[in-house]
Amino acid sequence: MIRVQQEDFDVGAEIAALKAGRPDIGAVVAFLGTVRDQDGAVDELSLEHYPGMTERELERIETEARARWPLQDALIVHRVGTLRPSDNIVLVLTASAHREAAFAAAEFLMDYLKTRAPFWKRETGPSGSRWVEANAKDDAASARWRSSKDAAE
Amino acid sequence: MRLLYFAWIKEKTGISAEEIDVPASVTTVAELMAWLKTRGPEFEHAFARSEVIRAAIDQSHVRHDAHLAGAREIAFFPPVTGG
Repeated sequence: MIRVQQEDFDVGAEIAALKAGRPDIGAVVAFLGTVRDQDGAVDELSLEHYPGMTERELERIETEARARWPLQDALIVHRVGTLRPSDNIVLVLTASAHREAAFAAAEFLMDYLKTRAPFWKRETGPSGSRWVEANAKDDAASARWRSSKDAAE
Repeated sequence: MRLLYFAWIKEKTGISAEEIDVPASVTTVAELMAWLKTRGPEFEHAFARSEVIRAAIDQSHVRHDAHLAGAREIAFFPPVTGG
């Protein structure tokens, strides 16, 4: 399941909901991304997105993860709007029978989200406001999962 | 067709969305960006570094050589920075 929302989320409550009624789950991996302040340079982080495409892209990414690993369930929650340092931005949960699939799928989901989901961050601090630039490391992290099938993308 | 602009491209064009008739000679995303640049200084500025701009047709990522035929919604945006 995927959700895009302004409100904060409760990691414990999300894990409990994912596990409810699923005794076949033996491993849950959670990734939580939070707003990082660069040495006092960030007072505020605004997240813009492309409503419609964001949801479609996150659903595609989740579908791809489920095709690659035996997952009992998966959840992606991403916040938009104005956030402050230490606020939650993104939560990825993956659940499987054994840990290997859950670990790998969580990493894959974040790597793909970073390079494909249409979100843009703008940081505001004492010296003004700027759009965060994309990181080449994220492209490399995403590319390592790529099969010949989608290499053309 | 409907054009959408996001992040710094939206700031530079000064608009987030518009309905527009594109000349029949404009058939690809790259040609559309080249044509948009001719619409005024804001657009020339917004699309000056068109090589770094990403595009989506009907909410799917496409490359600059993608064809526009049948497209309803075309979006232009910088490389994504979520997560």
